[in-house]
Amino acid sequence: MGNFLPSTDAQCKEMLNVIGVSSVGELYADIPRAMREKAAEAVNELPKGVSEFEALDAMRALAKKNRVFDAIFRGAGAYWHHIPAVVSRVAAKEAFVTAYTPYQPEISQGILQTIFEYQTILCELTGMDAGNASVYDGATAAAEAAAMCRERNRTLTLLAGGLNPESIETVRTYSFGADAEYAIVPNKEGRLDLDALKTALNTGVASLILQSPNYFGVVEDIPAIAELVHAAGAKLVVSMNPTAMVLLRSPGECGADVAIGDGQPLGIPLSYGGPYLGFMACKKEMIRKLPGRIVGQTADAAGRRCFVLTLQAREQHIRREKASSNICSNQALCALTAAAYCSAMGPQGMGEVARACYDNAHYLAAKLGKIKGFELAYPGAPFFHEFVTGTPADLTERALKALGEKNILGGLPVEGGILWCATERNTSAQIDALVETVKAVIA
Amino acid sequence: MKLSFERSVPGRRGCRAPQSAAPHAAIEESLLRKLPPRLPELSETDVSRHFSELERQVYGVNDGFYPLGSCTMKYNPAVNEQAASLEGFSGIHPLQPVESAQGAIEALVRAKELLCQLVGMDEMTFQPAAGAHGEFLGLLLIKRYHEERGDCARKKIIVPDSAHGTNPATASMAGFTVINIPSAQDGTVDLAALRAAVGPDTAGLMLTNPNTLGIFDKNILEITDIVHGAGGLCYYDGANMNAVMGAARPGDMGFDAVHLNLHKTFSTPHGGGGPGAGAVGCKECLTPYLPNRLPVRLADGTFGYADSEHSVGRMKFFCGNFLVVLRALTYITMLGGDGLQEASENAVLNANYLRALLKSELPAANEGFCMHEFVVSLESLKKETGVSAMDVAKSFIDAGMHPPTMYFPLIVHEALMFEPTETEGKETLDAAAEAVRNILARAKTEPEALHLAPVTTPIGRPDEVGAARNPILRYDFTEADQ
Repeated sequence: MGNFLPSTDAQCKEMLNVIGVSSVGELYADIPRAMREKAAEAVNELPKGVSEFEALDAMRALAKKNRVFDAIFRGAGAYWHHIPAVVSRVAAKEAFVTAYTPYQPEISQGILQTIFEYQTILCELTGMDAGNASVYDGATAAAEAAAMCRERNRTLTLLAGGLNPESIETVRTYSFGADAEYAIVPNKEGRLDLDALKTALNTGVASLILQSPNYFGVVEDIPAIAELVHAAGAKLVVSMNPTAMVLLRSPGECGADVAIGDGQPLGIPLSYGGPYLGFMACKKEMIRKLPGRIVGQTADAAGRRCFVLTLQAREQHIRREKASSNICSNQALCALTAAAYCSAMGPQGMGEVARACYDNAHYLAAKLGKIKGFELAYPGAPFFHEFVTGTPADLTERALKALGEKNILGGLPVEGGILWCATERNTSAQIDALVETVKAVIA
Repeated sequence: MKLSFERSVPGRRGCRAPQSAAPHAAIEESLLRKLPPRLPELSETDVSRHFSELERQVYGVNDGFYPLGSCTMKYNPAVNEQAASLEGFSGIHPLQPVESAQGAIEALVRAKELLCQLVGMDEMTFQPAAGAHGEFLGLLLIKRYHEERGDCARKKIIVPDSAHGTNPATASMAGFTVINIPSAQDGTVDLAALRAAVGPDTAGLMLTNPNTLGIFDKNILEITDIVHGAGGLCYYDGANMNAVMGAARPGDMGFDAVHLNLHKTFSTPHGGGGPGAGAVGCKECLTPYLPNRLPVRLADGTFGYADSEHSVGRMKFFCGNFLVVLRALTYITMLGGDGLQEASENAVLNANYLRALLKSELPAANEGFCMHEFVVSLESLKKETGVSAMDVAKSFIDAGMHPPTMYFPLIVHEALMFEPTETEGKETLDAAAEAVRNILARAKTEPEALHLAPVTTPIGRPDEVGAARNPILRYDFTEADQ
């Protein structure tokens, strides 16, 4: 294969004749000559094209310079789950992969229906009434949620101290754009300080963005927080790991107005951080404030059920500067992957995964917690599949190094210790090996 | 066809999770979910067949001609997918130590060096996940630039009325007031209108060149000069970059920042709406404001990340849509500088050829040559026959092609916008032109039939008004139970 250009030289010549020019250069006549020469010179300095074999070989060489760990005990926003083979195969289906946004519903029912199924699954997981077709990731979902909750007289966004720091940074960036204010409500002993929240809540607060289980793994008391937030007339946005939603009370059950998060755990590979899946779902009252694409059910003239992109009056291509968000491309294929994952696992399989994550993480915590220097930072606080050990910095470094030598990726160093994660993939044998390695470091 | 929920059989199951040998850990009752989510209960066969049936109701790039203007629906090379699925890329954690991810960071650095050279920029980030996300970052860079200089009155962004909808939407999101300026009939910037619009409150200009009518604005240097002269900066919307690789660099046109849609120009697939990647490049004056975690080549020859205290902040998690960047890097490596230039030349050749074939039936919205896409107006056809741009577009479907973009740009009435891309051969373009002639002939003889198109698809035109008026956004289980 070459450069993907089908027309032969002879055909190109015929085409030029039909156009009425003798060279492609004439078609570029509007570009100033000096500008063209400079551009040509610049591409000339780029490496020349190579065969497919050589290009792939270069990529293989790069891939080899990355280390693929035998076991990963690190989460912090990206989770190491098994992806069923059928899910990978569905996600690689050519038409799904190569199609454009389904603006032409008559030839896009497959994508539209999949997104409709995805939206339904999302509502079931989150306990919400409606969801959008995706945003970029969990961090931008938080930023978009902050924007959708702002009202004329309520412009302040509160961010829980347990929100993923990268989400906090992203909300900060978007707030800089919107000239909007935000404030961080601190944590106390690993979870949101309710007294600090009470102090922070006032009539100018638009929303609180809360993560549960939070960045440090701790499950927050969402119902109590919801009560405080609602009493102050503000909205509660809950960011939750979708795997946790299968076992723990969903954002909807706990009184959230908007549920957000990252759908990467639903069949999307780690991929060094992307592409992932930002999800957003909300209660009925807020549907018209949701950003991004939304698929709705309708019928054709013959009464056949079908699906279309709907409520487009919110979007940039219609509303331009008055749109609720500028989002255009989203993460549609990742949403499709998540729908395929949830369909392939079903309620039972998803429940098993969630339970295995919970059990493995608690087994790991129990074992690690007995080692000196690896005591749990927040003993007694409920957690799902992540937790922090209050490990001092020098010990952290030594432990992670020793684990690395066994090709195990240990937890993430965070303020106050190490943030560990275990999923259904972390077998007891792996956990035992990890614990033995850490013990050896201490000894 | 049935929804997955309608195929569901209570008690049927698909994949099993590995059983944990760890002891069952206790969990507080009050934390537990009361009812399980109503997910479909399917076997693996059911799931496979369900999605195969769905796939048959999708028109992808490999199903035929896809001249969707402004979307650059070129062929997505198979090798890109192979590269992205290498375990050394797909199986690595974004927060693993940099020394264990040297290949990944090197890939990002290599991609940015090649692309900076191609577009004439000094630095680049891959954090934005899409074109619109890149635009947002671009405007935040401009906002921070003015702020850091204490130039705080610059609150306005100038956008021509021929621009993509994302441009004004982005400017609003970035806290600017949008000044829409009228375009000349061919979509080029009206210099007098621009001169009248700029002033001490101008933060910058957003422009795509070639513009959305597929015309290269030959006054581009004067345009960027006018904006710079007023103290503003110039942002290049790279959506139309596929026309000018090796022919013109945004940096040389006078732009200070640019985004590139890797899912358009650099052949990564559109995924039915995403994921894409919006690489943002900028000149040195904006470099300090780029998002942190900027992939860099270190003095010792290894690769790492750089932070700046002036950064506008983070755009999203981690390093952006990494696997999309990898696909683009594979493509760029394979084509090389010469191949990229050839790609653009052929994109322009194909567009002008198709335009020439259709000239007698469908006069283009403007004179002269076009770049990689062109726009026609069906206003007179509609007056004569009642057949609209929508009717003609829908008739494309019955002819086995994807319709061109409809009703864009907004400044052309009854617009259809064609972008054939370079990966189509002459026969495809000939056949497309023939099909268009047939459709137009039918418009004159049996206009009623065209109002009903398409008729070869599983469904006819959906009731979109009803969908918006009475939104049904999820499957209703109660209905099924009754």
